[in-house]
Amino acid sequence: MDDLDSRAAQALADIDRADTLEALDALRVGLLGKSGIVTAALKTLGALAQDERKARGAEVNLVKERLAGALAARKASLEQAELDHRLSSETIDISLPGRDGERGGIHPITRALERIASIFARLGYQRADGPEIEDDWHNFEALNFPPHHPARAMHDTFYVAGEGSDDRRLLRTHTSPVQIRAMAGRQPPIRIIAPGKVYRSDSDQTHSPMFHQIEGLLVDETSSFADLKGTLAEFIRAFFERDFEMRFRPSYFPFTEPSAEVDIRWDAEDGSTRWLEVLGCGMVHPNVLKNCGIDPERYTGFAFGLGVERFAMLRYGVSDLRAFFENDLRFLRQFA
Amino acid sequence: MKFSENWLRELVDVQADRAELAHALTMAGLEVEEVTPLGENLAGVVVAEIVAAEKHPQADRLQVCKVDAGQNDPLQIVCGAPNARVGIKVPLATVGAKLPGGIAIKAAKLRGVESFGMLCSAKELGIDADASGLLELPAAAPVGQPLAAYLGLPDASFELKLTPNRPDCLSMVGLAHDVAALFGSRVKLPAAASVPVTGDARRGIRLEAGRDAPRYLGRIIEGIDPMARSPLWLAERLRRGGLRPIGAVVDVTNYVMLELGQPLHAFDNDTLEGDIVVRHARSGETLKLLDGNEARLDESFVLIADEKKALAVAGVMGGHDSRVTDATRNVFLESAHFAPAAIMGRARKLGLHTDASHRFERGVDPELPRRALERASELLLAIAGGKAGPVLVAENPADLPKPAPVALRRARLQRVLGVNVADAEVARIFTALGMQVAATTDGWQVTAPSSRFDIECEEDLIEEVARIFGYDNIPTAAPAGALTLAIEPEARINELALREQLAARGYYEAVNLSFVAAELLADWGFTGQLVPLANPLSADLAVMRPALLPGLIEALRHNRARQQERVRLFEIARVFAQGNPPVETPSLAIVACGKARAEQWGEPSRALDFFDLKGDLDALIAWGGEPQRWSVHADGLPGWLHPGRGARVTRDGLTVGHLGALHPQLARALDLGPDVHVLELALEPLLARRLPRAQAVPRFPAVRRDLAMDLPETVHWSQIEQTVRRTLGERLKELRLFDRYSGKGVEAGRKSLAMGLILQDASRTLTDDDADRCVREAIAALEQSCKAKLRG
Repeated sequence: MDDLDSRAAQALADIDRADTLEALDALRVGLLGKSGIVTAALKTLGALAQDERKARGAEVNLVKERLAGALAARKASLEQAELDHRLSSETIDISLPGRDGERGGIHPITRALERIASIFARLGYQRADGPEIEDDWHNFEALNFPPHHPARAMHDTFYVAGEGSDDRRLLRTHTSPVQIRAMAGRQPPIRIIAPGKVYRSDSDQTHSPMFHQIEGLLVDETSSFADLKGTLAEFIRAFFERDFEMRFRPSYFPFTEPSAEVDIRWDAEDGSTRWLEVLGCGMVHPNVLKNCGIDPERYTGFAFGLGVERFAMLRYGVSDLRAFFENDLRFLRQFA
Repeated sequence: MKFSENWLRELVDVQADRAELAHALTMAGLEVEEVTPLGENLAGVVVAEIVAAEKHPQADRLQVCKVDAGQNDPLQIVCGAPNARVGIKVPLATVGAKLPGGIAIKAAKLRGVESFGMLCSAKELGIDADASGLLELPAAAPVGQPLAAYLGLPDASFELKLTPNRPDCLSMVGLAHDVAALFGSRVKLPAAASVPVTGDARRGIRLEAGRDAPRYLGRIIEGIDPMARSPLWLAERLRRGGLRPIGAVVDVTNYVMLELGQPLHAFDNDTLEGDIVVRHARSGETLKLLDGNEARLDESFVLIADEKKALAVAGVMGGHDSRVTDATRNVFLESAHFAPAAIMGRARKLGLHTDASHRFERGVDPELPRRALERASELLLAIAGGKAGPVLVAENPADLPKPAPVALRRARLQRVLGVNVADAEVARIFTALGMQVAATTDGWQVTAPSSRFDIECEEDLIEEVARIFGYDNIPTAAPAGALTLAIEPEARINELALREQLAARGYYEAVNLSFVAAELLADWGFTGQLVPLANPLSADLAVMRPALLPGLIEALRHNRARQQERVRLFEIARVFAQGNPPVETPSLAIVACGKARAEQWGEPSRALDFFDLKGDLDALIAWGGEPQRWSVHADGLPGWLHPGRGARVTRDGLTVGHLGALHPQLARALDLGPDVHVLELALEPLLARRLPRAQAVPRFPAVRRDLAMDLPETVHWSQIEQTVRRTLGERLKELRLFDRYSGKGVEAGRKSLAMGLILQDASRTLTDDDADRCVREAIAALEQSCKAKLRG
């Protein structure tokens, strides 16, 4: 008995000292295995008297449990140490850059244009389109610009070479001809939004010979100037995500009447405020409706046009119009 | 239109201050572009006369002047102006004055000589840009009078940006009418008296241009003083209206044009021969104009001529030889009405834009000529003397425009504006604008004054009501009416989504101008079917682009020149080709150069190659869901592609675009390296997308067999793919190329391709035997049609 106790005490010390799982397993076999000391002690029980055997058996089992417990505890501790070691050896520098994380971006004009178009899409305006090389009828005449009218002189027009001077084609000076194309051969209700490139023979710090406009048109049986004001006020609010002091100023476009220009009260970065013209609009002129086969007695409508570059400049703080067309990556990256 | 504020206020009584006036004009559609205050801070500046001038003892450029400023003793002033001399009257800023530029006048010593004030130029006083010398005042200027009072200052010069429909506001009287309507005030017109006829000089006038020139009035004034100068008040009004005073005759015609809106012309009567003939020009007829240029005319021009020669282009510009000069003593004044349609575009045709053409092409009141002629006569006689002959009149009343009454319906007014304007207010507005109004059962009947050329239909009247009622007073509402939902076809990829997809793949979107240089296109080999402009801004912007790539490559070069080694750009825009109408095709272009990946630490770096770009294309094609309709071909390449590293892309057998490495010669011409790869494709095919039809997922597992084949270099993967597909049919689900090798172990001119065959049957699980048979068949086919050998 004393022998088992002292051997058990020795074994517990050995277990504590075991520093690998292999050494621990060897100890386990020596202690609890078939030829281990505990099995050997149990084998001696058969030679003992009944009552002695019972007491002795309990003692041996106690030793067995203590040893098994110590083995398990040591094993867990060794396994934890091994895991800790492995984890620490596998640690990486997670601050290194990720793989293939680069991304390009869409152009700020596209970004502003799509934002505007999507606002009107939510109001039920359908996208419409027309050619960039137009004829005189769609760009001017049908829009109530008589030939040689001074209002035409405000549109510095590019002409396509090589055709007769009377019917020669031109680069559209505005997106308004899409109105004519959208209305021709179709009856109201009409709600369209027509974004696109337009051209004017003008180039300096604040004019590009090509720029982008968005034309809007609504024709139905009830639309009024009050509706036009409401629509554009909502649009401005939705685009800039804020309210603006706004004013509608009488103006003149041959294809709308009454016509207006829309100014918003803009806060400059230096803290000053000024009126800034952002839109042209008006009630569709009855002559235009007639030119498109729509009865102006039954239907009224409004139209508006805006310059996308202007909106992009205001929205994103771009101060130089020409930056839009230089395609400098250092500029484009700012809109990714 | 530029004018003096004080002048306007003299014509119409308005209590509003300057800012309020400007705001009201802008909000009535007469946009005030600029207000320039004139003659502010002129306290202490007086009219003075130089009574003595001596050279400064210490400085060559300075003079020591004695100046009479109405005080007991003359003041001593040191002055450096070149025109300072005894006898002239000039502005003197006395000690204590503070000039607009911020200069405070103090008693000072200049090079040792005491000076008690400063003699001023117009610029120093803030009344004009002229800084060349002292502002010389007329001899009659009262010495000692405050200059501001003498010049009618302070004042402001207003500049209006008028729309073409409002020529009536190109005059002070016209403006005054609008202002009066806005403020509920009244216009005080200059007296319209006829001058006494004291002479008898006459000249016949023949109208031969029909309705283009239905009214022509003239008058001969004899014996004027050719050296007479305009009085200060008139000269100042011209100056503040943006016109330079020149001489009495021209100043008077300009003044009347500013005041009443009627362009006038003055001829030297001694240069005229016989009757005045108003006729159309003959084709090819020429005339030397006032500006010295020879105008070549055609039948569309109306000409003022005499019996011998052309004198002036009607409504545009006078002729050089009949002009008024410093020697002119006898003047023929013209005051006529020309129809807008007869003048529109004519000045432009001659490369001109004049005050007269600007007004006539927009419309000048046909009832104005007589009044304007009388007013000009009155002023000219007062300034330059002379004897006025009788007013000579030629007119065809039937051809004069007559304002027709226009009806306005109350219901229409409310419907268009979306607001109810009270009847009384509507009537007040029309009356205030000088229109005649009569009530009708459902609204009004309105006749516009002859000065208004923009009142032809009901909407014109609605606009007038809205303008004066105030756009601000119209409420805001939300449109009602039927709303049809816009349908977006699902079988079409949204263009924005495509752009975002390209952005997600690392490309930045570029926007280039639609026009390019013809030379650049020639470098690329684009020569036929181009659409050039008739009036390009420059040779660099002369042709509508037939492809996006030339311009996009320029953008790439722009970035390369700015330390950007790796550039990836795309553009979506239309390209143009000849046709009737010209053909516009939306196109997508991609350019890329530099390393395949942005500089990074984790993987070996390599140059961008063809397959990077092809991968981008594959991804776009995969999006459409029908890759089998697409293929690439090595033949039929455009000249700008590397002939061995370029591909023609087809969809359903039709060529839709190209991709590849830039041709080395073109790259060299553009100063680019071999790493530049490009793609251009018609956009529409890329946007086509299959609407999915769901199929049952396969119930039986797939098997994979790999095989490595040794093939000639010239055999393309597409041939192998086709061969295997044709051979195995439906059972081949996928053929994956997973290795390509040439070099040691493979004969020169040959390559080894390793591929995986994914086999599957819809009705049962394939056995090993099935799979092996498939592989044997594939090998046999490849051996036969692709000169392939199975690698050991």
